[in-house]
Amino acid sequence: MSAESMASAPAAPAPADQALSVSHLDVTYRVRGQDRLALRDVSFQISRGESYGLVGESGSGKSTVALALVRYLPSNGRVSAGTISIDGLEPLSMGQGALRDLRARTVSMVYQEPGRALNPSIRVGRQIAEVFEIAGQSSGDAMASAEQMLRKVQISDPGRVMQRYPHQLSGGMAQRAVIAMALARSPTLLILDEPTTALDATVEAEVLDLVAALRQEFDTSVLFISHNLAVIAKMCDRVGVLYAGELLEQGPARAVFENPRHPYTVGLLRCIPRRGQRKDSDRLDTIPGFLPTPGHTLTGCIFAPRCALARDRCRQAEPPFFLVDEVRTSRCYFHEEAPDLPRATPAAVPELAHNGIGGAGLAGGADGAGLVAGTDGPLVVVEGLSKTFGGNVRALAGVDLSIQQGETLGLVGESGSGKTTLARVLLGLTAPDEGSVVTLDGKPLGPDARRRPREILRALQIVFQNPDSALNRRHTVRALISRPLSRLAGLSGSRLRDRLEELIASVRLEDRHLPLRPSQLSGGLKQRVAIARAFGARPEVVVCDEPTSALDVSVQAAILNLLADLQQTERATYLFISHDLGLVRYLSDRIVVLYLGRVMEVGPSETVFAGPHHPYTEALFSAVPSLDGQRPARIRLTGEIPSAADPPTGCVFHTRCPRKLTTGICESTEPPLHEDEPGHQIRCHIPLADLRELQRSQSVPFQGGS
Amino acid sequence: MSGAVPQPTEPVVPAPVDPVASLDRTGGYLGPTGAAAVAAAGRATPARWRLLLRRTTFWVGAGILLFWVVCAIFGYLFAPYSPLTQNLLLANIGPSSAHWFGTDPLGRDVLSRVITGARYILIITPLATILGTILGTALGLAMGYLGGAFDAVAGRLVEAVLALPFVIIAFMFVVALGPSVPVITVVIGLVFTPLIARTVRTAVLVERHMDYVPAARLLGENSSRVMFAEILPNVLPAILVEFTVRLGYAVFAVATLSFLGFGIQPPTPDWGADIAANYIGLPAGYWWQVLFPALAIASLVTGVILIADAIEQVLAS
Repeated sequence: MSAESMASAPAAPAPADQALSVSHLDVTYRVRGQDRLALRDVSFQISRGESYGLVGESGSGKSTVALALVRYLPSNGRVSAGTISIDGLEPLSMGQGALRDLRARTVSMVYQEPGRALNPSIRVGRQIAEVFEIAGQSSGDAMASAEQMLRKVQISDPGRVMQRYPHQLSGGMAQRAVIAMALARSPTLLILDEPTTALDATVEAEVLDLVAALRQEFDTSVLFISHNLAVIAKMCDRVGVLYAGELLEQGPARAVFENPRHPYTVGLLRCIPRRGQRKDSDRLDTIPGFLPTPGHTLTGCIFAPRCALARDRCRQAEPPFFLVDEVRTSRCYFHEEAPDLPRATPAAVPELAHNGIGGAGLAGGADGAGLVAGTDGPLVVVEGLSKTFGGNVRALAGVDLSIQQGETLGLVGESGSGKTTLARVLLGLTAPDEGSVVTLDGKPLGPDARRRPREILRALQIVFQNPDSALNRRHTVRALISRPLSRLAGLSGSRLRDRLEELIASVRLEDRHLPLRPSQLSGGLKQRVAIARAFGARPEVVVCDEPTSALDVSVQAAILNLLADLQQTERATYLFISHDLGLVRYLSDRIVVLYLGRVMEVGPSETVFAGPHHPYTEALFSAVPSLDGQRPARIRLTGEIPSAADPPTGCVFHTRCPRKLTTGICESTEPPLHEDEPGHQIRCHIPLADLRELQRSQSVPFQGGS
Repeated sequence: MSGAVPQPTEPVVPAPVDPVASLDRTGGYLGPTGAAAVAAAGRATPARWRLLLRRTTFWVGAGILLFWVVCAIFGYLFAPYSPLTQNLLLANIGPSSAHWFGTDPLGRDVLSRVITGARYILIITPLATILGTILGTALGLAMGYLGGAFDAVAGRLVEAVLALPFVIIAFMFVVALGPSVPVITVVIGLVFTPLIARTVRTAVLVERHMDYVPAARLLGENSSRVMFAEILPNVLPAILVEFTVRLGYAVFAVATLSFLGFGIQPPTPDWGADIAANYIGLPAGYWWQVLFPALAIASLVTGVILIADAIEQVLAS
C-alpha cells in the first residue's frame, strides 16, 4: 500500500485507442424532488476487440451504465459528472441528430427480453432489413443482407424465419434475430445487457457460443452485463465488479475470479456452491446486511457496513483505487487481506437437534408422527404419472419416481420438460390423467387439493419461485405466517403465538417484521416469509420450485443454508426443482432428469454427476459455464425442446441427441431405463459401458458451477 | 349549446360510450405499473392519501362536488326565491340583477331551480353507484375466480344486458313501477352492474394467476375465503377507480332519465327535467333556461371525474 500503488483512477490511455472510455461517471436519478446518486465515480475502458464484463447484483447500477452510455437514461436520470467516449465520439455533448447516428452506426444494444426488443406486428425479416435500408441499401438488397445475417447467427432456415412474426419464434431464436440486428452494422461497441438471463441453460450456452464466435468475426468490442459470474467468466477478457453504483474491483476476468482482491468479490464468490460442497458437510458463506438504500449518505467505503475487514479507516474516508498489479485495481484499503476475509457464516453444519425449534406438541392435534411413523418404504411414490393438457399436449408421460423420507430429490430439465407440472400434480393443484398413481406414505392422494383432507394438505407444502406472487401483498407477515398454524396445525391463542415466535426465529426473521407487508421487505426476507409459511404446519414434503432463482447470489446462499438447516431440524423431505445444477448438486441426495415429461435418468446425486450420463444430462452439464473459465470439451444441444403436443417417435430425445446411434433404433423404439448401479438408471439405447467410455474420452467431468 | 344537452333522438350517453372507456382504462390500469401501484397501495400507508391531498385536480373536483352537496342539502334555505313559485308576469326574463339566471316560462327563478335541483341527483347518483358496485363486484369476483361454465353463462348475460340501450331498460322499469327515486336508483344500479362486473372480472383474472391463490388452496381455504379475503383486497383499488368514474356517468344517467321524462317529475326542480321542459324555447332565444341547468350537470360530472382522475393517478404513482 505504498503511495505508488495508489491511483486516483485507473490510468486512462488516450480515448482514441479505446472502443469505449468511461471516466469518473456519476449518474443521478431525481426521485421525489431529491437527487439520488446511482453511479459514483465509475471509470473503465474497453479496448478494440476486447470483451469487458460488468457484474453486480440487482441495484448495483449495471443497467444504468448501459443506458447512460447511449443516453437512454429515463427522464429523471442524468449524467451529473464524468465523460464518456465511444470510438472517439462523445455522446454526452452530442445533439439529437449525431446521437441518433451514434446509436445507428457505432453502438448496438441487446437486452434481456428479446420479445420486447422486436416489434410484434412486423415480420422478422422486415425488421432486420430495415437496419440495412437505413444504411442506404435498396429494399431488395436489404432483404438479401438480412437473410445472410440470419445465416451468420446460425439460424438454419433463414428464409422461413424471416417470414415469421416475433411471437412465432422461440426465445433463443428471437434473441438470435436481435443479435443479428445488433451486428448488422458492424458496430464498434456491442452492449449486451443480461442477454441470456431469460433463456434456458442449453439455449444460453448456444447463444453465448454464438456471441463469442461473432465477436471474433466482426472484431467488435463487447460490454457484457450480467449478474451471473460464471457467464462473465466465460465471455469476458476483463471484468468490473459493480456494487451500489461503484466499481469496487476490476481486472482480467480469470485473475479476478481466481484471486479476488476485494472483500465484496470474495464474499460473492463464496456464496456460490462449489463442486464438492454438500448440504451434509458444508454451509455456504453469505454476505451479511443489505445493499445501501439509494441516496444513502455513507462516508467512507461503501461496502464497509457489510465487510468483516472494515476498520475505522474504512468508515472515515472512501478508499481510492489501489493498483493490485499492473492491470488490476481494487477499491479497498486492505485488498491484500481480502482473500482471508473471515466467513460470515461458519462452514460447518450447525449442530441442530431434530425438532430443536419445535418443542412438544406444537403440531397440535395433527402431530406429524401419525403419517410417517415406522415406515421404511419411500414417503412419496409416483407411478405411471401422465398429464395431458388440451387433449394432446402430454406434459408428463408415464413418470415413475419415489422420494424417501428426509431426502432431497432434485428435479432438473429445461423449461417445458414437465418439472412444474409434476410438482403441481403432487400438490393437488393439477389433476393427473386417469390411471396415474400418486401416494404419500402408501395412501393414494386425491387429484384436487380442495378435496384433500386437512391432514394431507398439512403434509404437502410448497415454496414458490417468486415470493412477490406467492405472498398476498395485502396481508401482513403475521397474517401470512399465522394462517397455516391456525388452519392446518389447529393452533390458537398463546400456542399459536409461541409457534409463530419459534417459526420466525427459525427462518431468521425478527418481531419487527411481523406487522409489515411484503412490499416493505427485501426479496430475501420475502422468501423467508414464504418458507416460514410452508413450514408452519410441519409438512412432511416441501416442494421447492426454483426457490432462489428470483434472488441475488448473496441472498440465494442464505436461503439455501436455511433450507438445508430446516431439513435437518424438521426432518423434511424436499422435491427441489431448479435449473441451476450447482444448487441441485449442493442440496440434492438424488436427482431425476426430466425431458418432455419422461424420466431420462435417475440416481444418487454424486453418481449422476460422476457419470456415465444420459446424453441429455451430459448436455445439461456441459451447458453450464464454469467460474474457472476452463472450457471442457462438451456436447451442445441444437435447437429447442420439441413440442409436447407432437413428441418425436422412439426416444423423444433423438432429434437433439449428439450421440444418436446410426442404427435407427433411436428413431423407432423408446429405450427402457437401464440400471447402471443400484438406483442409477438411464433411459438410453447406448450400452452404459459405451456411454462411460465416450464421456470419459471426450469431456471433462462437470465442475458444478465452481 | 345544444351540444351539451343530450338530444332526445339519440341513444343516451352511458351504454354505448362506456364499454370502450372502461376497457381502455382497465387495460392501462392493470399494466406493470398498475400492479406495482396496487402493491404499494397497502392499508398501512396513509401516505398515499396524503399524496391525493397534494393534487390540484383533487381539490378542484372536491370543491365543485362540495358546492353541489351544500346546494343539495341547504339549497332551499339560501336560494333567492322559492323554486316553485310561479309568476307569469315575469316569465322568460333574461338574466338580470334580480334574476341572475333569468326566469323560465312559468316565471320561476332559474338560479333557485339550479341550486335546489342538485338534491335528487345527488341522492340517486351515489346510491345507484354503490348498488351497482356491490352487485358488480360480487358478480365479477365470481366470474373471474370460478371461471368455467359460470363465467361463460354470466359473461353472455352481461353482454346481452350491455347490448340493450340503457334507455330501453329504464323505460321498461319506469313504465312497470312508475318513476320514483327508489326505482331510478335501482335501475341505474342494475345497468351499471354488468359494466363494473366486467372490470372486476378482468382484475380478478390477473390476480387469479398469482401464486398466492394456489398457496391459499394448499392451506385448505374455501372459495369464498379466497375470493373475498385473498383476491378482493387486491382488486379494491381497481374497484375504487371504477366507482368514481361510474359516479360521473351516473350523474349523466339520472339527468338523461329526467330529460326523457322518466326521472324526477315536475314541478320538483331538476336539471334534466328543466332542460327538457325548456329546450323548446331555445329558438325563441331563451337560452338561459337551458344553459344553466346544463352547466350544472357538466360541472358536477367534471368535479366527479377530476376526483376519479386524481385517485387513479395517485394509485398509479
